[in-house]
Amino acid sequence: MGDLNKLTIAEARDKLRAGDVTSLELTEACLNAIDGAGALNAFVHHTPEIAREQAMAADERIAKGDAPAMCGIPLGIKDLFCTKGVPSQAASKILDGFKPEYESTVTQNLFDAGSVMLGKLNMDEFAMGSSNETSVYGNAVNPWRRGNDDAALTPGGSSGGSASAVAADLCLAATGTDTGGSIRQPAAFTGITGIKPTYGRCSRWGIVAFASSLDQAGPMTKSVRDAAIMLEAMCGHDPKDSTSADLPVPDFEALLTGDIKGKKIGIPKEYRMDGMPDEIEKLWTDGAEMLRDAGAEIVDISLPHTKYALPAYYVIAPAEASSNLARYDGVRYGHRARLAQGDGITEMYEKTRAEGFGHEVQRRVMVGTYVLSAGFYDAYYNRARKVRTLIKRDFEEVFAQGIDAILTPATPSAAFGLGEMSEADPVAMYLNDVFTVTVNLAGLPGVAVPAGLDKQGLPLGLQLIGRPWEEGDLLNLAYALEGAAGFVEKPGKWW
Amino acid sequence: MSIDKDTAAKVAKLARIKVEEDQLEALAGEFNAVLGFIEQLNEVDVEGVEPMVSVTPMRLKRRQDVVTDGGMQDKILSNAPDAREGFFAVPKVVE
Repeated sequence: MGDLNKLTIAEARDKLRAGDVTSLELTEACLNAIDGAGALNAFVHHTPEIAREQAMAADERIAKGDAPAMCGIPLGIKDLFCTKGVPSQAASKILDGFKPEYESTVTQNLFDAGSVMLGKLNMDEFAMGSSNETSVYGNAVNPWRRGNDDAALTPGGSSGGSASAVAADLCLAATGTDTGGSIRQPAAFTGITGIKPTYGRCSRWGIVAFASSLDQAGPMTKSVRDAAIMLEAMCGHDPKDSTSADLPVPDFEALLTGDIKGKKIGIPKEYRMDGMPDEIEKLWTDGAEMLRDAGAEIVDISLPHTKYALPAYYVIAPAEASSNLARYDGVRYGHRARLAQGDGITEMYEKTRAEGFGHEVQRRVMVGTYVLSAGFYDAYYNRARKVRTLIKRDFEEVFAQGIDAILTPATPSAAFGLGEMSEADPVAMYLNDVFTVTVNLAGLPGVAVPAGLDKQGLPLGLQLIGRPWEEGDLLNLAYALEGAAGFVEKPGKWW
Repeated sequence: MSIDKDTAAKVAKLARIKVEEDQLEALAGEFNAVLGFIEQLNEVDVEGVEPMVSVTPMRLKRRQDVVTDGGMQDKILSNAPDAREGFFAVPKVVE
């Protein structure tokens, strides 16, 4: 029964239902793969006992018939999700030792569907980063390498452990979260599929908050079909999240017909950046060509405020983070600094937060504090919120013109080397999210699909952006693109 | 708008993050890099534009104003770095 960990969700589901394989066998195959992949540093908390228990329960359920599609499927869970009784620390020292007394709604939905948790996955601290280099657990490593060069590459971030684990077949799929591109950028860097649904589709309850008006969970998978199957299990209305949408969840997989005739695909001219590598430009043109060949109409469009998305994001996200992260004070959970004689409560807060937060998190909390402080609130925060209104309006206008979805590159480059950006100023790292961050600001669904390899043999991804709540239509377009691109490459095993 | 060492110290204090004196200069420099990037927003004409409150227009759900849970003191204290006699323990706040 070799290589069961390499199955897709859809393949595993069919084999489980046919009785060709058990969830316990799938789970053991994944646990073995994880044991042999320490060099990737993707799984940071291992839960084999929970996994085996869930797998056996899933097998009983499958034997009785009528099990949901995700029943018995072994998954990795991003460390940002609170999982009951299992360390959940958002890759931060400040949540050292934290074991939630409750389960996040998204993981509960997956467990209710019978899914199996193999363990918790590495990420950037509090999801703040684009390279998984801000994690207290150390870097997660991309299973892909540049040709025969053994330099370690980033799997992207913040969902870097999720991306690495799925690309290396350590699990069948993983959960991710996306605040400015944290599902789509790592998916593109590792040759897998990742979708950030419409804001409100997945409950945020029990997901450690970074920027509440932007955060959304989503699946990271080996195929578009898997993304459709897993997304359906993750989302749904949740009274515990006041921004959770009370809308019916469609059968996304049933909408994957591959028929995209007559769909209007917008190509936004503002995404053609100066200095964009030729390979990315070509990938984008080829992607548009593939959709045209499949019967879609390609239309040039304009999203005039694109340039201002990243600066607006770097006001709004730190502002919300500074507020959300105020709760880490050394009183209720996690790390508390050792205090000196005579230290009072203020010293306790200040020392705890200095020791517990890493450098990037400290910087963002302080930038957020500054833009919200008296005298600057209007100049920075309110102005950024007005620009956000304009960015959303850009999208509304093109959708009103009949555009069904928008095609862009997913990232401005292929995966870069770990440590390569350490000397750059913080803004250089932020540019990784230039194509993805607009989607969070506008609350739209966006999916990254692997579409080719660069000269060095690294995967490159394309992004499709859809209308709000039309993830089904978006996934069908992604499905057509996936079929046309025919991306089947896998990283050679070196770990 | 340029941030100096004193402003950096003030922001760190507001954020309740201890920053050593010899780190303040570098911190001010990083703030200026980020704020320089943000300054681009001043190019945008935002006259008459409403600041975004909610990205998906929806009316917040309401529920009865009643107690729905409670009686879980042990669970709430279970992760505290220092809990005593059913309370969170902190250094003395009032002299």
